[in-house]
Amino acid sequence: MENDQDKLLGEVTSGEYKYGFVTDIETEVIPKGLNEDVIRVISAKKEEPEWMLEFRLKAFRHWQTMKLPKWAHLNIPEIDFQDIIYYAAPKQKKRPDSLDDVDPELLKTFDKLGIPLEEQKRLTGVAVDAVMDSVSVKTTFRETLAEMGIIFCSFSEAVKEHPSLVQKYLASVVPYTDNFFATLNSAVFSDGSFCYIPKGVRCPMELSTYFRINASNTGQFERTLLIADEEAYVSYLEGCTAPMRDEHQLHAAVVEIVAERGAEVKYSTVQNWYPGDKDGKGGIFNFVTKRGICKGDDSKISWTQVETGSAITWKYPSCILRGNNSTGEFYSVAVTNNYQQADTGTKMIHIGRNTRSTIVSKGISAGFGQNSYRGLVKVLGKAEGARNFSQCDSLLLGDKCGAHTFPYIEVDNPSAIVEHEATTSRIGEDQIFYCNQRGISTEDAIGLIVNGYAREVINKLPMEFAVEAQKLLQISLEGSVG
Amino acid sequence: MQSEFLLQIKDLKASIDNKEILRGLTLEVKPGEIHAIMGPNGSGKSTLANVLTGREIATVTAGTVTFEGKNLLEMSPEDRAREGIFLSFQYPIEIPGVSMVNFMKTAINEQRKHRGLEPLSASEFLRQMREKKELVEIDSALTNRSVNEGFSGGEKKKNEIFQMAMLEPRLALLDETDSGLDIDALRIVANGVNKIRRPDTSVIVITHYQRLLDYIVPDYVHVLYDGRIVRSGGPELALKLEERGYDWIRKEADVSEETWTTDRK
Repeated sequence: MENDQDKLLGEVTSGEYKYGFVTDIETEVIPKGLNEDVIRVISAKKEEPEWMLEFRLKAFRHWQTMKLPKWAHLNIPEIDFQDIIYYAAPKQKKRPDSLDDVDPELLKTFDKLGIPLEEQKRLTGVAVDAVMDSVSVKTTFRETLAEMGIIFCSFSEAVKEHPSLVQKYLASVVPYTDNFFATLNSAVFSDGSFCYIPKGVRCPMELSTYFRINASNTGQFERTLLIADEEAYVSYLEGCTAPMRDEHQLHAAVVEIVAERGAEVKYSTVQNWYPGDKDGKGGIFNFVTKRGICKGDDSKISWTQVETGSAITWKYPSCILRGNNSTGEFYSVAVTNNYQQADTGTKMIHIGRNTRSTIVSKGISAGFGQNSYRGLVKVLGKAEGARNFSQCDSLLLGDKCGAHTFPYIEVDNPSAIVEHEATTSRIGEDQIFYCNQRGISTEDAIGLIVNGYAREVINKLPMEFAVEAQKLLQISLEGSVG
Repeated sequence: MQSEFLLQIKDLKASIDNKEILRGLTLEVKPGEIHAIMGPNGSGKSTLANVLTGREIATVTAGTVTFEGKNLLEMSPEDRAREGIFLSFQYPIEIPGVSMVNFMKTAINEQRKHRGLEPLSASEFLRQMREKKELVEIDSALTNRSVNEGFSGGEKKKNEIFQMAMLEPRLALLDETDSGLDIDALRIVANGVNKIRRPDTSVIVITHYQRLLDYIVPDYVHVLYDGRIVRSGGPELALKLEERGYDWIRKEADVSEETWTTDRK
């Protein structure tokens, strides 16, 4: 680990966004714009059953009555929702049964991203669902997992092959009326991952989804549904990148997690959508609704996120702690450099008795970046013995960036204990000089300090992603001092 | 041609915020020599340390500094460190979240890379950590923490000397290393310096008081006053200063226009 760290710190010298390339592949797109016909087309392309189409249309009709939320501490430019392509898919005949049928260009793309789809090439212990634009390209290790009764497939397949599960859980945590972006997603979502871990099964490998935007002028609207049945365990990761483009692209995803009695779900994100250039041109608008419910007693959901990309991030992975003795966790590092903006945090809703939640949020602002933590801790009347600890730290580099904290605390049970700690600090010239004087360059010094600051969160990530995340943190802050 | 001097400072002038602090300082240090620079507050002692280590707050306006024949003033602060210049800070900086182990390892491997050497193996690095910890009598608990975080004044100074032991510099600048230390801590720190010093390691001790020089015995003592070295001598000069204070120097210096240079035999 130590060696890896040093190597990474050493090899990182150029601060360019590394994943900005475009894959030259024939893409099937539908015309720009959004109306009921477009939704019918999407549903037809996915060969969906009637109930799925009905769900979409219901959401769309509701969405038309809604307005873009303005409460976040974000400066959101006008988004023309009729100027977006809602479905784009790399052309391949059907979903391939074997890798030999996958377009080599696609394989190459994911190879280049460090996500080889050949199972023998994969690091053992990680199964991947690779999604490009609106469709899932390939899911690895499906058969191996199926032997244990684990379902891990693309959302589209789940709709066809496991309709009862999808119908039971879809929108059970994030209803189609939830918010502007979740409702939009419910209407137009294309693909994403579906995962079901049966009773008493510990998933033996990390499950992951890698999202890639490739086509231009398109939005990405994926939907992920994760269900851990009683006493089940799964650790799930998602990563994402996009090409460098001058125009903004919209990403509005929904993730729902259900943890039944005694189940545990760890959900980790390394978000590296294209952040825009140093003058704030281009970049992804990332409006995401992520929510989990600890449905049964003694269940646990843990969110870990490292957010370095996107021009705008609007995201509050939350936990509804309904089961008694259930636990919710949120560990976050969010970086805003140049003109990036982030308004991110969590909601912990304590409903059951003796429910526990922990929030650790580490914001890092540099350049002209604006970084806000927004968090709600809500303890309902019946949540006897509820306990929350929140820690919100902000680190500033330079004097043109901003850090903001908006904690909301609502407690309706007198036995609850809620703690909130917050700090704001700055990387000082004197700290950097001290490192310089020991032979450490300024860039490496920032890397050391930032990774030290974020360590508590990074440590929660699975090993290989922790290394990746450290590297990302350093790259995304390059050129921010001196 | 290789110079016989490790460090050569010639007629150095430097300003902070347009105020001239060093006004023509000349100093030559051979490998293995210990020089003490003494002087009252505001005489330019810390500025000299800043200029030698490349801290941006001081601007060099005239003069030259060569280190092993190379133009030191053209190098970045990190390159100066990698070339073997070490500063024991008067006020060591806390870096929360960065472990001493990671910090030291990064520093050592940067230095090694600069010299074309492979990074140290984990086991060799840990062996050196252990060995040097004993040498400078630093508590293991300290090196397991974040850099200087929550250290007492004395612990911070010890930690500076520990880092010096790990980095094995060619030239060590000890900037007021004795300040804030009680007599026991002073002895440990000073003995640490003596133990880790190789025959060709040069040291510049910047100090206000003579007491550190009881332990780290200088070959030369220079008196810095108003940005210039106004008098140089052997260890006896330090004793004289201790006894008589800086006033007599001040009187002498104020009547003389001459720049004093190192008095070598």
